[in-house]
Amino acid sequence: MVFFEMTKTALKSVLSKPATILYPFEPAKKTDLSRGHVVFDGSKCISCGICMKKCPAQAILVTKEAKTWQIDRFRCIVCNSCVDTCPAKCLSMDTQYTAPVSVKGVEVFTITYVKPVKPPADKAGAAGE
Amino acid sequence: MTKQIIVPFGPQHPVLPEPIHLDLVLEDERVIDAVPSIGYIHRGFEKLVEKREFTEYTYIAERTCGICSFIHGATYCQAIEQIMNIEVPERAQYLRVIWSEYSRLHSHLLWLGLFADAFGFENLFMGAWRIRERVLDVLEQTTGGRVIQGSAKIGGVRRDISGEKLDAMVKDLDILDREMKDLTTVFLEDESVKHRLRNVGILSREDAYHLGAVGPTARGSGAAFDLRMTGYGAYDRLNFQLVTDSCGDCYSRCLVRAKELFTSTDLIRQAAKKIPDGPIDVKVTGAPNGEFFMRAEQPRGELVHYVKGNGTKFLARSRIRTPTLTNIPPLVKILQGCELADVPVIVLSIDPCISCTER
Amino acid sequence: MMLPPQSITPIEVGRLVGNVERFRNEGYRLVQIGCTKVADHYEINYCFDKDYMFEVLRITVTADTEVPSITGMYWGAFIYENEMHDLFGIQVKGMNIDFKGTLIKTRVKFPFSQAAEKVATPKPAPAKAEPKKEEAP
Repeated sequence: MVFFEMTKTALKSVLSKPATILYPFEPAKKTDLSRGHVVFDGSKCISCGICMKKCPAQAILVTKEAKTWQIDRFRCIVCNSCVDTCPAKCLSMDTQYTAPVSVKGVEVFTITYVKPVKPPADKAGAAGE
Repeated sequence: MTKQIIVPFGPQHPVLPEPIHLDLVLEDERVIDAVPSIGYIHRGFEKLVEKREFTEYTYIAERTCGICSFIHGATYCQAIEQIMNIEVPERAQYLRVIWSEYSRLHSHLLWLGLFADAFGFENLFMGAWRIRERVLDVLEQTTGGRVIQGSAKIGGVRRDISGEKLDAMVKDLDILDREMKDLTTVFLEDESVKHRLRNVGILSREDAYHLGAVGPTARGSGAAFDLRMTGYGAYDRLNFQLVTDSCGDCYSRCLVRAKELFTSTDLIRQAAKKIPDGPIDVKVTGAPNGEFFMRAEQPRGELVHYVKGNGTKFLARSRIRTPTLTNIPPLVKILQGCELADVPVIVLSIDPCISCTER
Repeated sequence: MMLPPQSITPIEVGRLVGNVERFRNEGYRLVQIGCTKVADHYEINYCFDKDYMFEVLRITVTADTEVPSITGMYWGAFIYENEMHDLFGIQVKGMNIDFKGTLIKTRVKFPFSQAAEKVATPKPAPAKAEPKKEEAP
């Protein structure tokens, strides 16, 4: 017959520091790998649209003509699939979670990447030789 | 002849936040029949295979469940690998075992907490979840996600764990073991807990086996099978003992889960010791053409991922048979003849994960 | 590690009950029943396990075939048979607990069946593409 088995644990809890943190006043736990939200760098995006095709939640929409990259944060499941597949490495994962908002909507970014003229000219030159 | 009345249980119930509805037919305080109904949150995952490429479906398969997510993802990947004849690198297989076992630890600790809450031991509930936080921390440090790890992929895993990290993890396991020992002693030895759980909701071995009970629900009744014994992944190179108990009551199911915690930490230690160096993934080309029933052991029991490919990048069919779905018929059988006041404890004792059930 | 290939035994609908009875007597447990739509017919897989030996029985039926229930041998099979009925519209005869289509309530009746495919596919396809464009500013 064992009674008051919990007393040991309860006493320990009384004497030790709290296991929780006072969240809004203290920052939440994070690690280097934490998947928070996707960050887009418009200056590197080559508008290939692979992220859009590989997104399991269909949260990303790339418009080549309008030069925009948009993401619906409410659809995004933060799976890191777009970051892994991006050939231009313009996407990265931030450890900070998306801030709460009161209105649903999409975030639109402009693609500012300009295709460098030099490399193709070089290639053409090389082919010519 | 006493009058029969029907008392509804769920889909919203204080003890079980998940939507399962049971119509309990009562005679006085005794339940004489229970009619389950599910389908409140059916998400149509199995239909999604027609719209998503099989590689992306890994992420969706993983999100079938919020607790045993990694095992869902890994099992789906294994099914595809079997069809496509992909040999997964050794290191990836060991990593999968490590993450699977951490998932099991976190699931069992979660359940122990919820179970303590169901029989009215709030302090124990918080104690269990405090320990679980340790496990979640490791999962987040190694994969980037607390409950949705997202680290399985077809052909291997997406992330590696460095040698130093593995050593640190093994060191942490000793502290974890000590804390879990204190916790499980309360569950298994304390007289008030025993009094609440002993001889409540008895399921015989015969019933457990033939009604399709799986996992701790079956092992608590003495039906000794654990799919890890089939040796998928790296399990064939690790030693572990099956945990079974013969009574078949709520206490037995609790005991099986409590002891499995230590099996899991032991498996992680072995895997961390044996893990070889090498690549963590292989390149996957082509598309699956064929079918396979992949079975794996989840914290709740046997999981079946049936995948049928037709040679295109969209699968023809994916069927996920989750352990809770098959644990519902035994639950109905256990409920017949029990007291109304015991219903919440019994329902929780099979570790229902209804959201899992409604793929 | 590659797992051994699985054997799938195709049988006729009429011989299903006899075969399942044999498995029951030999001490197999029911793992699952799953239905798959293939072109114009359905495949139903009955999976059994005994000491990690995995056996699959497969029957091939059309939408209007009546499938005999195996709940006489395996009481717990009602959950799969009702699911099969609710999602695929397979008629199962003689279930011990017949939910009559209320186990899984869906907006489209029998969402995995061919009938639903014919009705549903033309409609959602344009509807799904449109909201994406509306989101664009």
